[in-house]
Amino acid sequence: MTEKKNIFDKMMTLDRRWVFLFLIVVCVATYAADFSIPINTEQETESIFNFLDSLPPDDIVLIAIDYDPNNLAELHPMTYAVVEHLWRKKVKVIFTSLSQLGPAMADQAIRDISDSLKIDKTYNYNGVEHNFKGREIVNGVDYTFLGYKPYYALIILGMGQDFRLNFPNDYYGTPLDDLPMMQGVINYDQVACVVDLSGGNITDAWISYGQGRFNFPLMLGLTGVMTAQYYPFLGSGQVSGIMGGLLGAAQYEELADNPGRAKDGMRVQLFAHYVIILFIVLGNIGYFMSRRKNLEGGN
Amino acid sequence: MEFTDFLWMTCGIFLTLATFSFLYKDNPFYKFAEHLVVGVSAGFFVIILWHNTLVPNLFQKLEDGDWYMLWLNSSEWWYIIPALLGVLMWTRFSKEYSWVSRWPMGLYIGISTGIAIPLEMANRVNKQLHAMMVEIDWANFFGADGFDLLSTTSGLAQLIIFLGTVAGLIYFFFSKEHKGVFGGVAKFGIWILMIGFGASFGYTVMARVSLFINRMQDTKAWGLEAFNANDIANPNYGSQYQIVFWALTLFVVGYIVKEIMQHLKSKNA
Amino acid sequence: MKRQLPFLLVFLFGAFMVFQYYVPHESSEFVYEFLLDWVMIIGIFALALGIWSLYTVSVDKIRHKKENWAYSYVTLIGLFIMVVLGFTYKVGDSWGFYSVFVISLMTLLGFLIQTSVSKDKGLWLGLSGLSLVVALGIAFTDDSWGIAFMTSEGLSNTMFTNFADFVLTPILATMFSLLAFFIASAAYRAFRARNILATLLLIAAIIVMLRFNPYMPFGLPEYMAKTSNWLMNVPNLAAQRAIVIGIGLGIVATSLKVILGIERGYMGKG
Repeated sequence: MTEKKNIFDKMMTLDRRWVFLFLIVVCVATYAADFSIPINTEQETESIFNFLDSLPPDDIVLIAIDYDPNNLAELHPMTYAVVEHLWRKKVKVIFTSLSQLGPAMADQAIRDISDSLKIDKTYNYNGVEHNFKGREIVNGVDYTFLGYKPYYALIILGMGQDFRLNFPNDYYGTPLDDLPMMQGVINYDQVACVVDLSGGNITDAWISYGQGRFNFPLMLGLTGVMTAQYYPFLGSGQVSGIMGGLLGAAQYEELADNPGRAKDGMRVQLFAHYVIILFIVLGNIGYFMSRRKNLEGGN
Repeated sequence: MEFTDFLWMTCGIFLTLATFSFLYKDNPFYKFAEHLVVGVSAGFFVIILWHNTLVPNLFQKLEDGDWYMLWLNSSEWWYIIPALLGVLMWTRFSKEYSWVSRWPMGLYIGISTGIAIPLEMANRVNKQLHAMMVEIDWANFFGADGFDLLSTTSGLAQLIIFLGTVAGLIYFFFSKEHKGVFGGVAKFGIWILMIGFGASFGYTVMARVSLFINRMQDTKAWGLEAFNANDIANPNYGSQYQIVFWALTLFVVGYIVKEIMQHLKSKNA
Repeated sequence: MKRQLPFLLVFLFGAFMVFQYYVPHESSEFVYEFLLDWVMIIGIFALALGIWSLYTVSVDKIRHKKENWAYSYVTLIGLFIMVVLGFTYKVGDSWGFYSVFVISLMTLLGFLIQTSVSKDKGLWLGLSGLSLVVALGIAFTDDSWGIAFMTSEGLSNTMFTNFADFVLTPILATMFSLLAFFIASAAYRAFRARNILATLLLIAAIIVMLRFNPYMPFGLPEYMAKTSNWLMNVPNLAAQRAIVIGIGLGIVATSLKVILGIERGYMGKG
């Protein structure tokens, strides 16, 4: 004879596809409702923004695009926000991508950001209005994309000797010496800082083999999954700032007054969190109720 | 956006929906997308390896040599050596000669472990220990500006970080049984670790959800493009955009209806 | 030769790299730079191994008609279409007969696989020859696009970038976004406050998840943000620091064991 199921038992054996459907409905509904939630910036992101914002034009920043399409949702917004901010200030950028499908991400980001910078825009941050006149972003002048090489730890060490050691050419096949912005740029000594946007172990190599050996300011943009693990390096000063997940990206967009996909997504993020917390609470209620029933049944 | 670009975008949306269909159940569309992406990512990587590494780092170094001289007459002939070592890696496919692949492996492992020892010791262990050993700010034990338990710079916070790290390390130390005072400290360690894992978990939830948000954003961008509702109006816009949009939408709706009918039928049977 | 030489190589190069770090000298620096460059070249061949094995596994699946073997064609076509696109580029304003060229190469691939699989080899070989002739014919007569092996025009080929942007990226991004749903279902089924430790974990997680939530009464949002900031920077930092130090010691110990030949698992059997 089957025992009569109460509502909690039913709740516990619910087909998980109903859970999926509920999450989809909430996400789509919040995304369709057009509102935005305020983003409060945090110290970790502010320190990155303040450092990059203080750079004079023609300084060089190395941006390591070390993520594959699986993590693009969180890291692409960071790339867009940071690179647009730098290019608006006429800071030059060296891109590398040491993960296997990273070149696809970097190439896509460079194309998109170059397009969006062709338009005149006005930004308002730090209480100052910045009028940006649209301009053409030129390969070799505004940026150099070094491309991919295997064995990232060794490449990070190699770039500390000379970029030309492992990268005789850039991604598009031009010798580095033929690129105007690379004249006189030998290694990390000529780079103001490194921003590593990463979804994997490459960050560890940037900390141990890059910052640890060559002492440049290192800033991290990380996927949410990794963020908490890198706080010790923030505490010890090995890392100067961390952007964590979509929230970190949204904070950077807020700071640079450049709203993009991260800010756009935060309202959905919030309501999805409500759903997950609701599930945790419901699951626990069901668990305790059925446990109590079992205990009573045992007696 | 040109119409061909819009078609590409539609292809991306179709593949997105095909992959999402796995949430309902495994089906041919999902299998198609899954197998396609394996091939395409490998193909992409072949091209990156070729154009980004083989050509500039090997072929161009040897290009002034001749193949019938085995490139030994090129000005940088020594690049032949790593290439040969690399080719030896391919002996892995042979049962008889796979041991030869250990030579290049040995070289790589030697070098990577050799660089790891000093640098990991210095940057993971020493610098972290150094950061842990700060002098506790007893004067501002509860925060610099008044009583504040949640200050991250107060002496209390420094003390918690110090004790938490020590306790966490003790928890990981399995050579001594976790009993008595040692066990008590280890218990505090696991408490601190659990808070750390909780923070990680909170962030993980955020990360996973944002992956889904990105897919919604792409789909919305496609819809805006189909109805020319973007900020920048499309000069080449025509009804063909909407035809493609409705074709894909009808296809998806039709597929869902078919699945529901099938489900109801099997339930009644 | 089989075991001693690799071990010797590991020891020599490992010891050299450690030595080089502590005692940098002009001559050791010279060797160091050489090694950094060389090992990368070995890496290229090592990575190519993986792609080769993907190819053989797929062909094998087709040959033995294993489960879902037909999808292996999709994998192989995906692989080879990217290779073809990456070696070609547009010269003129239009693509000319480029698509016919690509399709004939893909059919050539299919026919060649059929030749190796099927018993009726003559037919498939003939069809392969036919598609090869078509592809070569177009390649030689059509001037609107070109082939480049030694220069990287192919990387800027819009077909190649479109495949990366609209095939590779959406599928991979979507596959991982499925995890959002699995974590929701896990939240429902698995995250139980069974004991005090699990409760601690859940509370920390919920505080971190709600820290940017503006819809709470009594100034709670600000308090939540502050608590989460404290959680991240104090207890989390302590916990993760213990893990970082532990892992660091682990890496150093394992590396030493490898260099000294105590740990030889990397050599495999034989």
